[in-house]
Amino acid sequence: MERVILHCDLNSFYASVEELYHPEVKGKPVVVGGSEDERHGIVLARNQIAKKYNIVTAESIWQAKKKCPDLIILKPNHKRYEEFSLKVREIFLQYTDLVEPFGIDEAWLDVSNSKYFGTGKEIADKIREQIKQELGITASVGVSFNKVFAKLGSDLRKPDYTTIITKENYKEIVWPLKANEMIYVGKSSYEQLKIYGLYTIGDIANKDINFLKEKFGKWGETIWVFANGLDDSEVTRYDQRQEAKSIGNNITTFRNMENWQDVDIILNVLSESVATTLRQRGLMAKEVLVYFRDSQLKSFTRQVQLNDYTNLSSVILKSAKQLCRKNYRFQKPLRTLGIRVRKFIEQSEHVQLSLFENVDEIKQQEKLETTIDDIRSRYGHKSIKKLSMLVDQDLSDYNPVGENDNLTDVEDFK
Amino acid sequence: MKQFVDVICLNQKTGQIRPLYILWENGEKYPIDKITQIIPAASLKSGGMGLRFTCKIGNSYRYLFLEEGKWFIEKVQLN
Repeated sequence: MERVILHCDLNSFYASVEELYHPEVKGKPVVVGGSEDERHGIVLARNQIAKKYNIVTAESIWQAKKKCPDLIILKPNHKRYEEFSLKVREIFLQYTDLVEPFGIDEAWLDVSNSKYFGTGKEIADKIREQIKQELGITASVGVSFNKVFAKLGSDLRKPDYTTIITKENYKEIVWPLKANEMIYVGKSSYEQLKIYGLYTIGDIANKDINFLKEKFGKWGETIWVFANGLDDSEVTRYDQRQEAKSIGNNITTFRNMENWQDVDIILNVLSESVATTLRQRGLMAKEVLVYFRDSQLKSFTRQVQLNDYTNLSSVILKSAKQLCRKNYRFQKPLRTLGIRVRKFIEQSEHVQLSLFENVDEIKQQEKLETTIDDIRSRYGHKSIKKLSMLVDQDLSDYNPVGENDNLTDVEDFK
Repeated sequence: MKQFVDVICLNQKTGQIRPLYILWENGEKYPIDKITQIIPAASLKSGGMGLRFTCKIGNSYRYLFLEEGKWFIEKVQLN
């Protein structure tokens, strides 16, 4: 049976939500971004009209204002975006339980078994209409037989449009597109592809798979499969509990992080807050993830498994530092860092300590950290801190506990 | 524009909420004669989204929105 996959993309999501709450700015160029003095003075999202002025995401507000002096700047409201995102997800779940969110404003839906609601196109149109009616924002939807082409479809025509890519028409629609429009092909990998004369998705599809494998390894094989419409990856079932399966924080610093010293200060703050939350909830975790976002808003996540479950900031910090050193080259300064932990067990369940761990040392560290928790709960977060945090007090002077339990930019942190 | 209003409601034992009267700024109390529809909806005229009650008040119909625990109606623009 041929699968019917939808990819739904909320158009100019942040800006659309803000426009809804500020009807007076309708028809005017609008960006969502922070104020200069709070160090968030960059464009996070722009509406269709601002796009016409060539305003791009991640450029500074003053640059954007140069391009369009009448530009209206609205402050971001992440809590509201998350609410909208959840409401959109509720709409998706009315049609299928196979919903796989991809960031805050995108999701795949497998509606192969949702024939009761109509064909793929009919369901896509219904969803778009429902989102528009109930939430006042628009979405574009791609309908196809695999996830990769569905995503391409949703990008093709915006806003508020359904694009269908079938087994019959994909060669005409998909193959002429630039290779970097396909998922998994980023800016630098596109440059690599161009060296071998691979400019379009069609070029990749028609190239010998062995050549791609030889030149690019596993990734080469993957993009060949994608380009030929052979992607058979499934849409994961949406599980509401999933969101409670990790604990984490991120920090966008008031100035960019330029070196390892800056990074270590932030990692210190983050690991302490994550460990405190773990202890408060009586949990221990076995996996640590670090989220990176550079000054151009390019982001990625790396993770590592720990030898044993932990709720200690020292252990989390150590792995986070290693992850950073291994995965970041500082070609650009960092704007945001996040630490997240997952794979939990209840603290009370945990008895098996690793064979080679120094048990006394762990117990001592645990005592130290719970004591710090106690002091902080009695006298406030700032009452006690590590000496290393005094190196740059402006950077370390931040208490993420309770302020930011969930990552603000959930889209980037998968 | 949004016009936030005071509303007298009946909280039903079923968990549903039913607006009964709208209290206007001038002290006037308008009874809601009938609710013809309750759906989640966006208010494109005044901004925001929530649960939209279509209310019959006298001979006219008005939308009454419940958003984050507050009630509002869409303000009529006179120009």
